[in-house]
Amino acid sequence: MIYLDNSATTVPYPEALDTYQKVATRYFGNPSSLHDYGSETEHLLRQARQSIADILEIKTNEITFTSGGTEGNNLAIKGVAFARRHRGNHIITSAIEHPSVLETCRYLEKQGFEVTYLPVDHKGCISLQSVKDACREGTILVSIMHVNHETGAIQPVEEVGECLKYHEKIRFHVDHVQGATKVPLDLKNSGVDLCTFSGHKFHGLKGTGMLYVREGVQLDPLIHGGGQEQNLRSGTENLPGIVALAKAFRLSNQNYSKAKNDLAALKTELIQELQQREGFHINTPENSSAPHIINVSILGVRPEIVIQALTKKNIHVSSKSACSSRLQSASEVLVAQHGPKERAETGLRFSFDYDTDKSDIDPLIEALDEIVPNIRKIKEVKS
Amino acid sequence: MTGIYLDHAATTPVRPEVWERMKPYLDGTFPGNPSSIHRYGRQARQAVDAARVAVAESIGASSEEIVFTSGGTESDNLAITGAARARRHEGNHVISTKTEHHAVLHACAQLEREGFEVTYLPVTADGIVRLESLLDALREDTILVTVMHGNNETGAIQPIADIGDQLREHGAFFHTDAVQSFGTLSVDVAELNVDLLTGSAHKINGPKGAGFLYVKKDTTLHPLVFGGEQERRLRPGTENVPAIVGFGEAVQLLQKEKEERAQACKRFIHRLLTALDAEKVPYEMNGSQEQKLPHIINVHFPGTQTEPLLAQLDLEGVAVSSGSACTAGSFQPSHVLAAMYGENDPRIRSSIRISVGYGNNEAQMDETAKQIAKITKKQRKVLGQK
Ligand SMILES: Cc1ncc(COP(=O)(O)O)c(C=O)c1O
Ligand SMILES: Cc1ncc(COP(=O)(O)O)c(C=O)c1O
Repeated sequence: MIYLDNSATTVPYPEALDTYQKVATRYFGNPSSLHDYGSETEHLLRQARQSIADILEIKTNEITFTSGGTEGNNLAIKGVAFARRHRGNHIITSAIEHPSVLETCRYLEKQGFEVTYLPVDHKGCISLQSVKDACREGTILVSIMHVNHETGAIQPVEEVGECLKYHEKIRFHVDHVQGATKVPLDLKNSGVDLCTFSGHKFHGLKGTGMLYVREGVQLDPLIHGGGQEQNLRSGTENLPGIVALAKAFRLSNQNYSKAKNDLAALKTELIQELQQREGFHINTPENSSAPHIINVSILGVRPEIVIQALTKKNIHVSSKSACSSRLQSASEVLVAQHGPKERAETGLRFSFDYDTDKSDIDPLIEALDEIVPNIRKIKEVKS
Repeated sequence: MTGIYLDHAATTPVRPEVWERMKPYLDGTFPGNPSSIHRYGRQARQAVDAARVAVAESIGASSEEIVFTSGGTESDNLAITGAARARRHEGNHVISTKTEHHAVLHACAQLEREGFEVTYLPVTADGIVRLESLLDALREDTILVTVMHGNNETGAIQPIADIGDQLREHGAFFHTDAVQSFGTLSVDVAELNVDLLTGSAHKINGPKGAGFLYVKKDTTLHPLVFGGEQERRLRPGTENVPAIVGFGEAVQLLQKEKEERAQACKRFIHRLLTALDAEKVPYEMNGSQEQKLPHIINVHFPGTQTEPLLAQLDLEGVAVSSGSACTAGSFQPSHVLAAMYGENDPRIRSSIRISVGYGNNEAQMDETAKQIAKITKKQRKVLGQK
């Protein structure tokens, strides 16, 4: 199997899985219980939090465990908006955010907030200047993703954070779901107040995630109840998932140090190969992009058809973001980047993990060279 | 871990069969995201759908009526805040009870902050809500009633079917938190006359991180979380495929064994109480003993104090609790017992909850009774001298 859909979801590391199984079957206490089973699980929870805090160089009380990236983004954005409503009602985000940000902002518009959606250039990046220009009296939140989920384009979040340090009233949220363990982000010094992570994107388990909440930042919770996670996120903690998340985070960061150059080289190689082919347009900016995502529009062929043909050859890729790929329309991200053209409807995404190498890429290219001309030929005959 | 685990109402061990079913969705055999359209994506989608059918069948619902969430707390919040916000234009009044789980109580408190009015129905000393008090509280502008099925601290079973029957003509949405009852009672949405019903996987020997909300057809809710297209937009976010698959398996095991499990729980409890009698331990049962879940008892040991009692039992390897786990962590006296007996009743400070389930056996009950006898005796002596 050649799995090139790691931006949609990754396979958990065996070590993370092992940890998950041990905790799930052996320590089944509820961390909020008083008894010994409870205190052992409480200890594991604390350890997991500490290990993540050490890597990110943040405090343990700045981590809130969630059920994933979608919840993290919602908690950050709705949480700030409702907690700071008395100070203003303006929010700034970008046109290329993940649906869990865009849909949340659209909901807030219905609730009386005003949202500015910043445009991107042909490389798929927002400009620092556009953020500065959009900030105004009454702006309470800026939410910008670090790495785009479809193109891999890196947004200038550290620069934005630096600039927002001088706007005390504005909270800054970064959706780091695709960037985590792939593109470094200095949480401590970059002026970021809130930052979303999702476990299943870095070889942890689905249903796990975390939100960094800088000490002192006030949020309204989404989910009320037993008061877990410092009252920010109630519900019995998914302890096995959390411990596995911490493990996967550590391993994934280690793999980054080891393999980031190889991965970036692989990306460049694939881009150069694809570029040579007629009607192939690379949507991933070669320089300012993550090492693991490549997006290419292949004019004249519908991405679903390519995906199905590839999957028959046991090569698994996707179009757009997984969350919306069941809708048959253009990618919102590519429309923002190139306008409503054929290019926005024909994007394919290949996404790597740290084990991806040439032995995955060569068969992909070979398969495309067989599939694409065939589809184009059939189309010609039909029309 | 050795020891005797009698806190199954807080959380339960994952059954090995459940783990075996989950494994291929974790170890890379089936790696996909259900929203991806390649083969592995489709396999993941099918696995989620199969679990949905299993859950739906277990409560007599159709599979489009099941929304998977991260757990019981989220389902309660989605049901309560989601229903109230969706019906705000129709009314402003919500009814709940004083003995709900904090997931329900605090969701209701959030609604109060948003300007809704919430009536919390009292219970009688048996822990049960009277139908008349519900009828008294019901108003024209009542848009939602939420009453739990089985209580997590005492096991008291509320008259859900009767309440649902009364509400049918009124038109208020009716939600029940069935997190505790799902494992040992028959739960059928048509018999219970509910529009919304909460369940949680880790209370029925499934994994943590999965729950469901039954949303009856044509019941409109506002989502808590916005994003992709998952769960008919009521609960976006990449589906927790392995946990959902595990939940499905746990439900299927449950359906086969429910009656058997309930009988086993009754046997364990009976054995424990018989042993306590034999040891001549003074105790009283809290709440109704007739209308009660088979796996939970709440017991008053006169002349003792809850916290040292729990701590001593823990040292001897017996894990019990004082009520809901979430209450326990914060050392507050139980709001459930307070609602039953009043704030000042001594029972509130000298009662414990014992809950049995998978992995327990008769010998453990005898051992527990022996430990309770020893510890309560010592405590009565020490506290009596003060
Ligand atoms: C950039 C980005 N943000 C948020 C999410 C949502 O994360 P999750 O699937 O954990 O809900 C995703 C993945 O789908 C993503 O790629
Ligand atoms: C009656 C009841 N409702 C809701 C919950 C919350 O469920 P979860 O722990 O899955 O969030 C619990 C358990 O803590 C419970 O006992």
